[in-house]
Amino acid sequence: MELHEDINEVIVQPVDKAKIWQIWKVAIILGIITIIEFVIAFTMPSGGLRISIFIALTLVKAFYIVAEFMHLGHEKKTLIYTIIMPLILVLWLIGALMMEGSAILQVR
Amino acid sequence: MSSTATVVNKEESVWAGGKSPFAVSYGKVMMWLFLVSDAFTFSGLLISYGLVRYSNHAYAGNPEDFAFSQDWWPIPEKVFEAVPFLHGVPAPLVFVGIMTFILILSSVTMVLAVEAGHRMDRKAVQKWLLWTIFWGAVFLGCQAWEWAHFIQGTEEGSIIKAFGGVFHGANLSFNQYGPPPFAALFFFITGFHGTHVLSGVLLNFLIFYNTAVGTYDKRGSYEMVEKVGLYWHFVDLVWVFVFTFFYLI
Repeated sequence: MELHEDINEVIVQPVDKAKIWQIWKVAIILGIITIIEFVIAFTMPSGGLRISIFIALTLVKAFYIVAEFMHLGHEKKTLIYTIIMPLILVLWLIGALMMEGSAILQVR
Repeated sequence: MSSTATVVNKEESVWAGGKSPFAVSYGKVMMWLFLVSDAFTFSGLLISYGLVRYSNHAYAGNPEDFAFSQDWWPIPEKVFEAVPFLHGVPAPLVFVGIMTFILILSSVTMVLAVEAGHRMDRKAVQKWLLWTIFWGAVFLGCQAWEWAHFIQGTEEGSIIKAFGGVFHGANLSFNQYGPPPFAALFFFITGFHGTHVLSGVLLNFLIFYNTAVGTYDKRGSYEMVEKVGLYWHFVDLVWVFVFTFFYLI
């Protein structure tokens, strides 16, 4: 690899320990949420409340992955909205198709 | 252009041209827009799962007495309760739990690779990319095992009238666990996600190769690692949703 002369000009920056710790902190949060999901799956009877908790925890996990791992939380507001706004359409699709599903069940 | 048209003060508007309004490169914006479209695709699949599940009868009895039947949708944790080397030991959701941790871990190693790229630390980028490729491959292996087990089924199987006898495992026409769409949706959703993981591993290998031969050092930027990293995190993100909506609920 030392054949490439340009590589010798590259200056490697030192490690910022606080940054690395921040990355692992997010990972630990994601791990803990997953463990909580497991505990709930085995201790709580299924029902509307359990489903709501699962969805809420999933959204928390999604927030940490997108905002921290994908760095979107630190981008410009215009970029954030460009990416998040179209996904509102998904909410409509959820509502529409869930109603459709229960309508199909009624006629079955 | 004629000088009469230059009334707009370019310093006031980031959209006036000459600079990047989002303060990120073209390639990154395009990767984000691709991910938005991919998010729609996965939303479509998962919401279809919700529709089909809602349009089938739910199991109404006591969860302890649950048995597979064509008449109701299966309880996922009764289907996915096998772990390699523990034959016949019911361990609901343990294996998918392990898979979830593997994917989170691979996401962390990817962030560490991106971070090393910011510091132009080629050796560290190589190390963390190799770990990411490793965990990605382990995840794919787990998924292959999960599929094989799902297709093979249990020794008891279950009676399917349309099949005309006892049926073991699953294919696109019949499955022992419940209504036929259950297996079809399992194959399609986890399969589509697995395909994404596979292409993610291949892309990771590509940028590992480029890192190793010094392409990014010569270019003076490791931004390619960031772009592929975005894709890799997205794959992890999708798994978080698949895990909840397919396995937990």
